[in-house]
Amino acid sequence: MKKIEAIIRPGKLDDVKEALDKCGVTGLTVSQVIGCGNQKGNTQVYRGVEYTVHLLPKVKIEVVVADKKSEEVINIIAESARTGEIGDGKIFVTVVEDALKIRTGEVGEQAL
Amino acid sequence: MKKVWTLLIALISMLALPATVLAADGSAIDTGDTSFVIISTALVFLMTPGLALFYGGMVRKKNVLSTTMHSFIIMALASVQWVLIGFTLAFGPDQGGFIGALNWLGLSGVGIDPNPDYAATIPFIVFMAFQMMFAIITPALITGSIAERMRFPAFLAFILLWMTFVYDPLAHWVWGVGGFLRTMGALDFAGGTVVHISSGVSGLIAALVIGKRMGHGKEPMAPHQIPMTVLGAGLLWFGWFGFNAGSALGANGLAGIALVTTNTSAAVGALAWMFAEWLHRGKPTVLGAASGAVAGLVAITPGAGFVTPMSSIVIGLVGGTLCYFAVSVLKAKLGYDDALDAFGCHGIGGIWGALATGLFATKTINPLGADGLLYGNPAQLGIQAISVIVTIALAGIGTFVILKVVSVFTKLRVSSEEEETGLDLSMHGEEAYPDFIGNGFMPSPIASKSMAFNPVSSEQSIY
Repeated sequence: MKKIEAIIRPGKLDDVKEALDKCGVTGLTVSQVIGCGNQKGNTQVYRGVEYTVHLLPKVKIEVVVADKKSEEVINIIAESARTGEIGDGKIFVTVVEDALKIRTGEVGEQAL
Repeated sequence: MKKVWTLLIALISMLALPATVLAADGSAIDTGDTSFVIISTALVFLMTPGLALFYGGMVRKKNVLSTTMHSFIIMALASVQWVLIGFTLAFGPDQGGFIGALNWLGLSGVGIDPNPDYAATIPFIVFMAFQMMFAIITPALITGSIAERMRFPAFLAFILLWMTFVYDPLAHWVWGVGGFLRTMGALDFAGGTVVHISSGVSGLIAALVIGKRMGHGKEPMAPHQIPMTVLGAGLLWFGWFGFNAGSALGANGLAGIALVTTNTSAAVGALAWMFAEWLHRGKPTVLGAASGAVAGLVAITPGAGFVTPMSSIVIGLVGGTLCYFAVSVLKAKLGYDDALDAFGCHGIGGIWGALATGLFATKTINPLGADGLLYGNPAQLGIQAISVIVTIALAGIGTFVILKVVSVFTKLRVSSEEEETGLDLSMHGEEAYPDFIGNGFMPSPIASKSMAFNPVSSEQSIY
């Protein structure tokens, strides 16, 4: 099993979720994060004082999928999250040792 | 049962006690004036919870309750201090031009008969109540300067002493019959010196004495909820109609003029700050517009019932612009941590407004006032300047001394750990916006019930 962690633009979350639904992914976790890569950040002004904000809000999607599905899912996420501008995000893949479905007790790929 | 009857009879017989407050209703009372001043009293009162929102939105999330508590508890503290001793010190029979005598301690003698020295057509107790709202908001303004780092016990002591030894005497000097600044001819329609310069300067001194917030200048300390601040500014603008128009103490033409000068100055102040920031920093901010409105309101306060509406345009314009630069440039250059700009808006705005009154006042608006420099009487500007200097001196020295005295008994500033955690938790044990609902946030009775299947410790930590 592989865990696919995708950090994407917040505005692209709906597109990515829809695409994942269509390809049959059975679950995902979404969290709000802040971070930066090559994007420079933005400048905010409060009472005439400038604040440079380096960390930008992003969304992190985590999905755990069977090995044979992982490449398909990575491509789907990348295509639906892409705008072509700096700040589109990144996808990281790690190996998942085991999984358990809490309701039924199934383990391994059955749990996904 | 017998005890209940005894108690009831005792309570009912209290009604038979002569109530010195309930004197005969004088025919001098005008119902229009009285209802207007009563409503204005409520309007000015609303300014303090409005200020709580205005300031609360500007601090970091971890300190919003502490900041709100400052204003809210002053509503309580000042109300009690005023009726016990504050009113008589401020408006009581004059003692040498410096303070009121204690004749009206506990509102003794303050009843429904008007006091023609102050307001001939409204019950004296209504005048007292109206003034009370000013006594409430003035110390609340100071809290903006010491936000996010003052210990609550020290804060309570400071406020009580400040009201008694700075506000009450100053109110007497400027508004009390026989007060030496009033006798000198200083004009202050609704409190430019008494309320704004005093609180602004006191805030600055307090900010310097207590010191900067940890991380000031290095960490960003942006407002955590600007919508709350803008709502507060709206409530302040609304209440200010009571503050300025109500100071006419009558439902009359002068109140109408004060209403118009007030609104106009606020409007121009908002535009001025917004455009100044736009030109200076590239974007017009809503926080700036709200702050500019407040600056305009402060600037017109001493002259609302003495100047023409057209003059109020100039007053708001200069007020908004001056305060913007005081906040964005001067504060940064000089490096003091007047956290929420009590000095920048109220101190600077009040000083400009008091001096502007010396320029723009005209007897054609208010025959009981005076003419200013632009109407052929340069001496008024000098008188205004003296009242400004006296106010700055009293507020500055008074605040310094009071803080030093308080610091002997209790620490003024929170520890660095308390400051890091945030004053909401460290001073008040409260969290404004609990983040993870259901994740450990439980009131204690329920926590101890769950001891049955989680007997590790009765002190559940929140996270």
